[in-house]
Amino acid sequence: MGRLGWVLRLAAFGLLVAFLTVPQRFAPLFVPFTEYGAPPIYDQGSLLMLALAHLGTVFLATAASTAVAVTLGILVTRRSGAEFLPLSRTLVNIGQTFPPVAVLAIAVPLVGFGETPTLIALFAYGLLPVFENTISGLQSCPPPVVEAASGMGMSARQRLTAVELPLAMPLILEGIRLSLVVNVGTATIGSTVAAKGLGEVIIAGLLSNNTAFILQGGLVTGLMAMLLYDAMAAVERRVLRAAHVA
Amino acid sequence: MITVESLTKDYGAARVVDDVSLTVARGTVAVIVGTSGSGKSTLLRMINRLVEPTRGRVLLDGRDTKDTPVHVLRRHIGYAIQGHGLFPHRTVAQNIATVPTLLGWERARIAARVAELLGIFQLEPREYAHKYPHQLSGGQQQRVGVARALAAEPAVLLMDEPFGALDPIIRSKAQDDLREIQRRFGTTVVLVTHDMDEAFRLGDRVAVMSQGRLLQYDRPAVLLTRPADPFVSRLTGTADRALKLLSLVTAGEAAEPGAAEGAAVPAATPLREVLADLVWRGASVAPVVKADGTPGGRLTLAGILARGRAG
Repeated sequence: MGRLGWVLRLAAFGLLVAFLTVPQRFAPLFVPFTEYGAPPIYDQGSLLMLALAHLGTVFLATAASTAVAVTLGILVTRRSGAEFLPLSRTLVNIGQTFPPVAVLAIAVPLVGFGETPTLIALFAYGLLPVFENTISGLQSCPPPVVEAASGMGMSARQRLTAVELPLAMPLILEGIRLSLVVNVGTATIGSTVAAKGLGEVIIAGLLSNNTAFILQGGLVTGLMAMLLYDAMAAVERRVLRAAHVA
Repeated sequence: MITVESLTKDYGAARVVDDVSLTVARGTVAVIVGTSGSGKSTLLRMINRLVEPTRGRVLLDGRDTKDTPVHVLRRHIGYAIQGHGLFPHRTVAQNIATVPTLLGWERARIAARVAELLGIFQLEPREYAHKYPHQLSGGQQQRVGVARALAAEPAVLLMDEPFGALDPIIRSKAQDDLREIQRRFGTTVVLVTHDMDEAFRLGDRVAVMSQGRLLQYDRPAVLLTRPADPFVSRLTGTADRALKLLSLVTAGEAAEPGAAEGAAVPAATPLREVLADLVWRGASVAPVVKADGTPGGRLTLAGILARGRAG
């Protein structure tokens, strides 16, 4: 990580914050993308509030998928839960292959419009990376290490919390990062069912044929995804270094 | 004292350990030797119940190991394995402190014990306590593995090919260290190996296993002079058995009264080395000196040769 990396990172973050807090300052940049004097900057709500709502939805959904996927991953790597591995894998894979738009379509009649169907779609979509990485992390613990832990008299629970989970942590974090970043992008579709988020900006642009809106929604979402990815990677390196498992 | 009574382990139709009984006296070293697949590791792992026997039982000082909860049992039995199994995310000190921590020792007592063990295993505490396993050499990792197994002062230490991954020079040093530490703490040791030389070097008694069965369990000299089974003599090797026998006796044990000229031999030297030395120097007699520096008699070529004779 050179100095240049940090400069770029800070610049990207600064740009994002500036655009969200004082978007009107950037109006001249977006004027070329408008026609017939349409507004160059999204004016039907605060961009900052939309971005925060967007992130809130993503974090909530990813936290829920992480909790479920890690728990499930632990259960199916225990001897008593091994027989449920194929079944859980199938279920989690369905969550990933079933398109989030289809999940929305099914969820809306059941739970109504708003945040909830989006949370359900993102939750299902985010399970797979965390689940698979939890399993490979736990299965890749060196057998002599696990055997030594048992041989010295650790209970199954102590072995899990003191040895296996710390050793699997780098991979688990990587899975969470993937889920998080994919969901930042996917969450934009939530606006089709009236969830607050940056998808609103994109949809408004599509409806009024305003390319500037579409660009704003897309760029802010992309920038947030990149910065999150980068921040999570930094956290992982920290954990890796602390755990000395690199 | 460890008493193994008719231990049997079946995996499906395969009998891995077949009706093995043996006794290891307190404070001695028993080495289980055999080829791979002989059931030696399974036998060892049934002592701390990492493997549950199909039949038979194990008594520690007369108490059935089944009567103690398994994690409690294991905390009082040291366990060291090939490839050491150190926790890569914990420092050397934390690794060694594993069992004392599980037993709920006070912090000061744990710290003192860790420092003591690092000293015994020639790892300067200030330099090594806070290192991580991957920062150590293979020999150092192995020593930390044994130190960790001994941390809670177990009366019994189980070792599964503990020196298997070491190069010959470090391995022989590790064997000497183990012998010394075992005497110092009076630990009862059961060690599994496929290396007959290691078995002879470390074992007060050696158990030879093949295809799950215990073929012979006796002092190394008896294995050489009166093998109970052709497999035992194949495993011990017949070509140099006279020399092997000589390596089991020390100069001090074989010395005759009298004095001699020439370079003195320390009493702890194995006869095999004394013989080699005499041949090398073209001498026929050498004086023996005890550890405290006083004369300990002498050794003649004829006397040494008599010790290598069968029976």
